[in-house]
Amino acid sequence: MPTVTYAGTQVLVNEEGFFTDPEQWREEMAPEIAREAGIPALTEQHWQVIKHVRHEYELRGTGPTVRALGKTSGVSVKELYELFPKGPAKLAAKTAGIPKPRGCI
Amino acid sequence: MSERIVILGGGTGGTLSANRLRGMLDDDVEITVVDHDDDHVYQPGLLFVPFGLARPESLVRSRPRQLHAGIDYRRRGVERVDINKDQVHLEGGAVLPYDLLVIATGARLLPEETEGLAGPGRLPTVHTFYEYEGAEALAGALAAFDGGRLVVDVVDMPIKCPVAPLEFCFLADWYFRERGIRDAVSLTFVTPLDAAFTKPVAARALAGLLAEKGIELVTEFNTGSVEGGDGDDAGDRLVSFDGREVPFDLAVMVPLHGGAAYVDASAGLGDELGFIPTDPHTLQSTVRPNIFVIGDAAAIPTSKAGSVTHFEGEILTRNVARFLAGEELEPGFDGHANCFIETGFHKALLIDFNYDTEPLPGRFPAGVGLPLLRESRLNHLGKRMFAWLYWHILLPGRDIPGVAAAMPHASKHVPATTDH
Repeated sequence: MPTVTYAGTQVLVNEEGFFTDPEQWREEMAPEIAREAGIPALTEQHWQVIKHVRHEYELRGTGPTVRALGKTSGVSVKELYELFPKGPAKLAAKTAGIPKPRGCI
Repeated sequence: MSERIVILGGGTGGTLSANRLRGMLDDDVEITVVDHDDDHVYQPGLLFVPFGLARPESLVRSRPRQLHAGIDYRRRGVERVDINKDQVHLEGGAVLPYDLLVIATGARLLPEETEGLAGPGRLPTVHTFYEYEGAEALAGALAAFDGGRLVVDVVDMPIKCPVAPLEFCFLADWYFRERGIRDAVSLTFVTPLDAAFTKPVAARALAGLLAEKGIELVTEFNTGSVEGGDGDDAGDRLVSFDGREVPFDLAVMVPLHGGAAYVDASAGLGDELGFIPTDPHTLQSTVRPNIFVIGDAAAIPTSKAGSVTHFEGEILTRNVARFLAGEELEPGFDGHANCFIETGFHKALLIDFNYDTEPLPGRFPAGVGLPLLRESRLNHLGKRMFAWLYWHILLPGRDIPGVAAAMPHASKHVPATTDH
């Protein structure tokens, strides 16, 4: 399994770059993960989503989908796409150090 | 004191649960089914209506007439459920107390949640086949369509019968070939998923079929709005949240799905989409022990499909009986789904899967059965015959001979290297 160094600490990630152990995540790692994903700086709104995603993961064991994020994070789906271009659910999960959200079937 | 079971929803799950329970439980257990109308629609048939392959009125039967003797039917909308007082509040003010509640109210279409899909802003070029009137209207639009760009778009998951939009594409290809105008029609399938289907082996087979039939595949497209109309120079088009566009002359949309409206009005009952948090193996809700959930209404990781509801029925009703008897529940449901996929030209594919095993090639239910993940005429006949089985075997709560609730493993070809 690959390891990456964020904020001076080695962490385990899967082949797509998602944390395999969310316990290893620290807030100071988020800006670096975000930069790698093409987000130059994290705003207050980014943090609102990141904290919400962490909270949801701890509650349910999986990250929320874009639709669920739009209904529960206080940030609309349209804004989510501006904050985390391409895939808000995936990018927010990656930045928040949790596994890739399980898709619907 | 006699126990009262209230079943919300008189569709596939509610009807088959009521009938099975009536046969299993003592006569002093009251069973009441509640639904807001008298129209039980055989939903798999809606796919065929736009192509003139099914008459819409032939798909509808009376809800209460599918229920066995000894089951009460209340024709009334549900306002809300009070899970703390074990009461269902009906529209008009009546209150139904329950000892055990079965939720079978399915999924609801939410076109109003996508800009340009509902209300006065909806374009005349935008259709759906996911409900009765829509399927009928689309039949007219297809008949009048002489060429141009037809797109089939899934706005977001989860949806009922995730294979139906693909089937629509395959049938449209066949339909326009029969009419001799296939060269004048471009067909595009637009999905929020990163592939044609959720599971890798089936996704590859289905992507292959799309390519073979000349149907374009657009993936990871999260539809934000449907735009266009008279005077818009850019023409009618789907616009994704990340700014991509797919132009069309006729759009067949699968709108967002959510749970029944009363769920949102019932404190503590549903999740943010209106589906009920449910144990995936026992089918007991995780909100209250005396609430069980069957079919599309449940927030569990399997397809929202009639076959799933059918397989759930056996486990759910056994667990309801166990619960009433004070016994431990059986974690018996494995997520089994079994779907015919119409591919046109009198052929169909069959896929069979569960929580742990993706759809694989082979035979169903055993070595001499129907071919899996491969086009055949036999599968097409199976799909067309299923309407009869639905009304006469499945709803009355009988078992289909040879088809068990648990997914069969024998006679499937397990790939040497799996994708998970």
